[in-house]
Amino acid sequence: MSSELISEYEVVHGKAKVFYETYERKEELQHQTHYCPGCGHGTIHKMLAHAIDELEIQDRTILVSPVGCSVFAYYYFDVGNVQAAHGRAPAVATALRRSRPGSIVVGYQGDGDLSAIGSAEILHAANRGENITVIFVNNAIYSMTGGQYAPTTLLGQKSTTTPRGRSAETEGYPLHVSELLATLEAPVYIERVGLGDNKQIAQAGRAIRRAVENQVRGLGFSLIEVLSPCPTVWKMQPVEAQHWVRDVMEKTFPLGVYRDRTKEAQPWPAHEAAPSLEKIPQILGVADEDLPEGNALPRAEAEHVDLHVRVAGFGGQGVLLLGEVLAEAGLDAGLEVSWLPSYGPEMRSGTSNCHVRLSREPIDSPLVTVPNVLVAMNEPSLRKFDQSVRPGGWVIYNGEAFPEDCRQKDLRVLALPFTQVANELGDARAANMVMLGALLEIAGALPQASIDAALKRLVKNPRWVALDERALARGRELYRESCREVCHEG
Amino acid sequence: MRKQLMKGNEAVVKSAILAGCRAYYGYPITPASEIAEAAANYLPQVGGVFLQAESEVAAINMLYGASSAGVRCMTASSGPGISLMQEGISYMAGAELPCVIADITRGGPGLGNIASEQSDYHQAVKGGGNGCYHTIVLAPYSVQEMADLTALAFELADRYRTPVMLLADGFVGQMMEPVEFSQTAAETHLPKWAVAGTAESRGNLITSLHMGSDDLEAHVRHLEAKYKLAEQNETRAEEWHTDDAEIVLVGYGIVGRILKAVVADARAAGLKVGLLRPITLFPFPTQHFQRLVPRARVFLVVEMSTGQLVEDVRLALNGARPVEFLGRMGGNVPSHEEVLEFVRKLARRTPPALALDEERMAHV
Repeated sequence: MSSELISEYEVVHGKAKVFYETYERKEELQHQTHYCPGCGHGTIHKMLAHAIDELEIQDRTILVSPVGCSVFAYYYFDVGNVQAAHGRAPAVATALRRSRPGSIVVGYQGDGDLSAIGSAEILHAANRGENITVIFVNNAIYSMTGGQYAPTTLLGQKSTTTPRGRSAETEGYPLHVSELLATLEAPVYIERVGLGDNKQIAQAGRAIRRAVENQVRGLGFSLIEVLSPCPTVWKMQPVEAQHWVRDVMEKTFPLGVYRDRTKEAQPWPAHEAAPSLEKIPQILGVADEDLPEGNALPRAEAEHVDLHVRVAGFGGQGVLLLGEVLAEAGLDAGLEVSWLPSYGPEMRSGTSNCHVRLSREPIDSPLVTVPNVLVAMNEPSLRKFDQSVRPGGWVIYNGEAFPEDCRQKDLRVLALPFTQVANELGDARAANMVMLGALLEIAGALPQASIDAALKRLVKNPRWVALDERALARGRELYRESCREVCHEG
Repeated sequence: MRKQLMKGNEAVVKSAILAGCRAYYGYPITPASEIAEAAANYLPQVGGVFLQAESEVAAINMLYGASSAGVRCMTASSGPGISLMQEGISYMAGAELPCVIADITRGGPGLGNIASEQSDYHQAVKGGGNGCYHTIVLAPYSVQEMADLTALAFELADRYRTPVMLLADGFVGQMMEPVEFSQTAAETHLPKWAVAGTAESRGNLITSLHMGSDDLEAHVRHLEAKYKLAEQNETRAEEWHTDDAEIVLVGYGIVGRILKAVVADARAAGLKVGLLRPITLFPFPTQHFQRLVPRARVFLVVEMSTGQLVEDVRLALNGARPVEFLGRMGGNVPSHEEVLEFVRKLARRTPPALALDEERMAHV
């Protein structure tokens, strides 16, 4: 180089404002990075740093560093720094950006991190169109762990875990992340750039700046894939490695813009302002003034209440609702209550049951293994639980004829065709409330006002409230009638 | 305050929001899904973030991000999902990030089933991820405690800068009981260490990486010191008729409820039986156990597992008293009747007086 040319070339010794003055990564040589000579990370860091400087977003920027050679990116960037688990940077970035809408969140990931272990996280962050910027450094190898193959390793390329070269038969083909993500609807900008020569580097700088700027404008997800040299693991001289990016890698990973929706993309809507703290109990429906008075002192008739109820039947018969109305009414009457459903696939396979307890005393176990009232809405439910009923307990059974073989000594039975009764009242589905009416009459436990209040709280449709009220009344009547019959029969 | 009937899972979300939780990231799983559903309903209404993640792995790493940003945040899952979250829990413990994780347990191993089991004790209490760390673990046994311990979980998470788990079984999550809530929503402040995308927080770093061996050792010792502090200050347990108890029943969660019923019946039958119910599973309420040793003849641990809590009980007693075990699995619950029968047998078998092993007591 002639001295004339040197004088024309202005050597820039300064660094981007966003870089720290000294790098504390190492005890010595704190003006140097930890990257190997010829590594692309230094160049990419610089381009990102300049973009942050130019856009004047240093204070707002949060850099999410990955696991890989760039794990220490936080030693260089004087921004907010979060170091993420292997592959999870897009998930971490998602939450940072959503909780801090004013921030600019940049995920920085290598190809092992992003395209292998983190493939799910990047795919879904891109698909949600998270308003983040991802710098994806593709050097076709796992460098930090010493040169194992990556999803991006070229066919035939040797690595420590593909010692005979990557073969499509055993390792599949190189993964084209930019092309893959560009099939999604949400991403705003996806471009693959390279560090293969100065022209490519200049384009890479523009692309990175654009990807950050998109986020500043609030447009959504941008990803820049950078084909980057790794002379150490590739076992090449730095210049040779740089040219390998241009002459070899680029054939498998063509450079270019794979997605550009920046013109039509709309900025993300601004967050609605949070309500004042005073309003939150109301929003949650737990504000005292919005709750029913309830918790009345227990009435005299409730004094000896100690109900252990098991309700069982087919799904759709209103088993759980029957129990809920009972529990809600108990609460309204000032009793201690608990309601425990059977849950899960049992709910969907046809049978359903719940445990309800009402007591003057604090409820110890909410599990009712020995009920003093069994409400059996069909025969299989009766046969499942009849043996468990406490001696002297009640069985309220939905069926005209109580199966003789289920009759036990010390068991009191009210067996009636409740479904038919409900049908006559207007809807067979109200059978649960007819049975509850009978139960309430038997137990004599709760004031009618509490039942009414519970029904209104749990049943939203007024037509159903009216029907359920008639059903409850009819259930009470049926029990009283059955008593008269028994008395009459002597 | 007025009470309302509510499922345990729903109470968790309402209490969390009142405690200042403004971010929820999760993945559906029975029997924890109601927590996600309630969070999806309420969080956007209070200026918070709800997102259903692509996996539990992503969900816990989203909590890592939200917590890094200084936001009170939570997730919920059950056995298999918690297993997937262990990576992120370890990272959060290492990076000293607070969060609350509700584990509404189900049957295992593997897919197991969706019925209630307490077989997540080990993966919650012993730390299921890599490294020397613990999560603080709270074990509610009622809907009211689901609410109260959720609020406490957020306090402890912030105080100790650590993930806190709410370990509840499917029953406690699914059942409805009357519950009352705080009438004031907590005001939260941006922690000094957070990375919030502001000039003040610029230069803050969240990481679990400590490359130097001395650095990492110092960090792990620091974490350990926090756990010791938590052990001094935060252990909680309920004692029920333990003053004169010769047979001490031990159980947490729904089992604690069953054991209360057993204590009542055993007492009615003239047996001196009490209940010790750990509320903090980590830190473990060792002192409570040691205090009961002079009177107690035998401890009976009842669990919905093959015996996980029982190991900590044995450690706490250090051989000072015999420890018996009754466990059911697969969604089967130790019934009141079956525990009572076991207690009767113990009462017959246990010798009337048991000399204190002074040497062992010296160690406890």
